[in-house]
Amino acid sequence: MPTTVEDPRTVEFDVRTDEMLVNMGPQHPSTHGVLRLVLRTDGEVVSEVTPHIGYLHRCAEKIGENLAVRQWIPYTDRMDYLAAMNMNLGWSLTVEKLLGYEPPERGRHLRVIIAEMGRIASHLVGMGAYGLDLGSFSPFLYAFRERERILDLFEAACGARLTYSYLTPGGATADLPPGWTDRCLKVLENFEPVIADYHTLLTSNAIFVKRTAGVGVLSRANAISYGTSGPVLRASGVDWDLRRDGEACYTRMYDGYDFKVVCQRDGAYAAPPSAPAPPYDAVLGDCWHRFYVRMLEVVESIWLVRQAIDRYHSTDNDLPRDHGVPFKLTDKLPAGEAYLETESPRGQMGFYLVSLGGTPIPWRTRARSSCFSNLSTIGEIGRGCLIADIPAIVGSLDIVMGEIDR
Amino acid sequence: MTHDDEEALSRLQAKFGDGVTAPAPREKASPTSDPWLLVETPRLAEVARFLRNDPASVFDCLNSVTVVDYLPIDKKLAAAVGEERLEVVYHLTSLSRRKRLTLKVVTPRSVDGGLPEVPSVAGIWKTADWQECEAYDLSGVRFTGHPNLRRLLCPEDWEGHPLRKDYAMPLEYHGIRGR
Repeated sequence: MPTTVEDPRTVEFDVRTDEMLVNMGPQHPSTHGVLRLVLRTDGEVVSEVTPHIGYLHRCAEKIGENLAVRQWIPYTDRMDYLAAMNMNLGWSLTVEKLLGYEPPERGRHLRVIIAEMGRIASHLVGMGAYGLDLGSFSPFLYAFRERERILDLFEAACGARLTYSYLTPGGATADLPPGWTDRCLKVLENFEPVIADYHTLLTSNAIFVKRTAGVGVLSRANAISYGTSGPVLRASGVDWDLRRDGEACYTRMYDGYDFKVVCQRDGAYAAPPSAPAPPYDAVLGDCWHRFYVRMLEVVESIWLVRQAIDRYHSTDNDLPRDHGVPFKLTDKLPAGEAYLETESPRGQMGFYLVSLGGTPIPWRTRARSSCFSNLSTIGEIGRGCLIADIPAIVGSLDIVMGEIDR
Repeated sequence: MTHDDEEALSRLQAKFGDGVTAPAPREKASPTSDPWLLVETPRLAEVARFLRNDPASVFDCLNSVTVVDYLPIDKKLAAAVGEERLEVVYHLTSLSRRKRLTLKVVTPRSVDGGLPEVPSVAGIWKTADWQECEAYDLSGVRFTGHPNLRRLLCPEDWEGHPLRKDYAMPLEYHGIRGR
């Protein structure tokens, strides 16, 4: 049946092709692990994104109900395997919260050094892999070169390069080896000038800006309602960092430290001079801002590590030498429950521990994943964008499937 | 109970009466154990909406939804477990006021042989959408009023809810042998 159209603009607007379901993943390289996205597309435009998760699910929470608290530490490593140190720290602090235990002063500074180095290493992967997602291979190599040096340091401290199980309830399994902090300072010294290269390679790169600025905008209200955290939340303009705003048993780790929470205030970042200013087409809460917040956080972390190393050396050597001290595997937990969130590189990692008392094994363990909430926004921010923008959006959320699926 | 919790409780009791109570802590509980407020199951959505919108509360962020199964599987623990029940725990944060609050809802382990029902809060905090799906999947609580309650982490045709204390690991799934 022939149809007549009076207004030519209606035709332009009305050219619709058949809807198509495109399956992306679970083996797609730019989905950061085994994530499957089903895209409902109309031509190049995505009208609906449905994530399917659970390919790595091993019910770590159930495993935790059958182990002593310290035996669950290696399982926390395997959740966010790119920031395993921060996972260890989160669970250790939760156990310490229930026990009402405060780690020794030297252990506190050691934890700051390790946690912040872990943050740098994790953001380096996030940055390098993001370049890869957008079709630029070299930033990945630059990032991994520096990350290798941090992994070498971790290897010297605990013998492992990926799954450390280094920080435990009570402190750490061992003190840092002699000369470690000097090596660490040397690594930072070499690393600092490289950040300017990263900015040249990605942050202010015209193609990179075109691919990320104004793409996948997550509004402030949505960021809070979806429970996002970490750089994703701060890139939407929410001034919230658990290192400053968390519970006392976490923030006392950072007592006396000087650091800024990276967030846009009054339309501007308090960025170091080496960092480029936001491009004119970047919108608060878009992919570019999420990337930028991570890059600025790396600078803050370097500053924190430097302070921590000074303090570490100015305290007495009171870290328990033997890792059997102060808690044995058979030590019974008190009755009660503790929920604690810590600022891991990808956001707020929460651990919940319920104990009935009289046994060293918890009644219930729970890991609240930050990436899980961050990924849940994909249906909202992925709607209406182009297919080519989907990898850019997923990459900017910096997800780790091991943590989402647990 | 902390001062903040008492404040929240007095505000909630002024509005909901006995719908919200502060139970006594467990026997011999650690002094650093978290306090919580107990909410009557049918009034949960109402209480949550109030906490989210009340200008003196503004709990704008839901951190996590957890289900804890209390079933005496071990004779030694039977006394500590107490009554058979499920507890649904909601951890809330107020970003603007920098406060935290824990809510709990108690429900039987099963109702007429089916899953127990708890009102959904997905319409109040968007993050509850996925969190409740996960809780349904792993612990077997049906959240009424949820827009699309489905299995999230386990396969769609998975049987049982793994985080229940009486869950038996299947020996075989679609021809794949376990154990």
